Amino acid sequence: MLEVRDLHAFYGKSHVLHGVHFRVGSGEIVSLLGRNGVGRSTAIKAVMGLATARGSVRFKGEEILGLRAHRIARRGLGYVPEDRAIFPDLTVRQNLLLGVKGRKQEGHFQLEDTFALFPRLREREDTPGGFLSGGEQQMLTLCRTLMGNPDLVMVDEPTEGLAPQMVAQVASLLCEIQKRGISILLVEQKLAIALDISQRLYVMGHGRIVFEGTPQDLRANEAIRKEWLEV
Amino acid sequence: MEFGLISLLNGVTYGLLLFMLSSGLTLIFSMMGILNFAHASFYMLGAYFAYQISALIGFWPALFLAPLLMGVVGALVERYGLRKAHKFGPVPELLFTFGLSFLVVEIVQLIWGKAVVDYRVPPSLSGTLFTLFSTSFPVYKGFMMMVSVGMLVALYVLLTRTRIGLIIQAALSRPDMAQALGHNVPRIFTLVFGGGAALAGLAGVIGGNAFVTEPGMAASVGPIVFVVVVVGGLGSLGGAFVASLLIGILQTFMVGFDYSLLDLARSLGIHLQSSPALMRLSVTQLAPIMPYALMVAILIFRPRGLMGARES
Repeated sequence: MLEVRDLHAFYGKSHVLHGVHFRVGSGEIVSLLGRNGVGRSTAIKAVMGLATARGSVRFKGEEILGLRAHRIARRGLGYVPEDRAIFPDLTVRQNLLLGVKGRKQEGHFQLEDTFALFPRLREREDTPGGFLSGGEQQMLTLCRTLMGNPDLVMVDEPTEGLAPQMVAQVASLLCEIQKRGISILLVEQKLAIALDISQRLYVMGHGRIVFEGTPQDLRANEAIRKEWLEV
Repeated sequence: MEFGLISLLNGVTYGLLLFMLSSGLTLIFSMMGILNFAHASFYMLGAYFAYQISALIGFWPALFLAPLLMGVVGALVERYGLRKAHKFGPVPELLFTFGLSFLVVEIVQLIWGKAVVDYRVPPSLSGTLFTLFSTSFPVYKGFMMMVSVGMLVALYVLLTRTRIGLIIQAALSRPDMAQALGHNVPRIFTLVFGGGAALAGLAGVIGGNAFVTEPGMAASVGPIVFVVVVVGGLGSLGGAFVASLLIGILQTFMVGFDYSLLDLARSLGIHLQSSPALMRLSVTQLAPIMPYALMVAILIFRPRGLMGARES
């Protein structure tokens, strides 16, 4: 589905990604882990066309690196940024409708599906997005991206700053999305939900991939966890 | 009473015209982060286009054609000028619009000369609409008000009731996110820039003959429009609206209020031995600096502006 190879990115003059590679297969949940500042967010921004980078990004077999973000989105790649990026003055409903690309579209997600998944959004349908709680905003951004019927969603730190109960809800929503046939690239700082719901994981350090494997491999590899993940 | 009502009507008319100019500037600024120095030049070009078209086929076609033409000019400027300059960062972008404003003045002078052109209110719109006590209110002012309110309603409906308006609003707050959701934000930018230019053009069409159409008109109105945007708050259409009316009304009142500290003292029965220049300054004389004084005060006490969404 998504194959990233030898991705290099620069932030001003500093070289932030040194040939990163990762792969997300069809229907998989894959996690990209690492401490703050190792380049996780830059990597997925580059994939989405929101940061300049060189290397290779192939999506559904075609090279997408260098395309503009809206073209990439229209090919079926969804992105949920870490700062949530809701449109604060627009209502929940308007936010969701903005996820729909272009005219009529058929697909797994309609407004009703979203409301069914997360009834709280229906209750707050006419509330400006800016008035929602952090957890609700997270659900809203996720659902908004789903409204565009992506084949793969990249979710940046969805559990950041959320209460444990909300974290569990995010995890179950991600699993539900996977059941509907959508692949997920989960970007996280902590192991929190990543170990439980991912099929494979990558760990990043200093702009490189320092580990790749299954949750069992990572659980067994204390050295990697100590050096690259735990504080 | 009479002075108050007439000044209020004149102030509202002027304020609405200011809003027609500042709405485009605010939209462009909040969306693309470009402070468009050439915005007032679009206003001037609108007036000259209207003058030319009026001379050829009449005022009514000019009312529609001149803004349309300005919209096309604006879209072309964005697509083939600004977008190229954008790649090199905000300073070249700013310099581009700055240069463009000079270019427009020179071009206008080359084509239409340095003198005031004879762009007049059409006969069908001249005359008196009504007389209040002893002051007459011209038909044309009423017409300007009607066009401005029509534009205001159209803009409101477009932004809040249509899908393209929804995307514009989204791109106002988070252009990157709107684009990541699959919306062609660069095309929206071109559209908004063209739309803003068309609004400025429309202001030129109806303002050019109410005031004067000459090569200095952009330079005289430009700074006021910037003041409106800063006072209203960068990125806020509502703020621009309030600030436009506020400055329009306040300035009109001040211009008509020929009263100085000396007069005040005299009416209180105080007779001064000497009358320093400062005491003799009348409110009328202070009217032209009021917008700038207001801007400085706002920047000190409320840098976000009246209704601004952000600080920079």
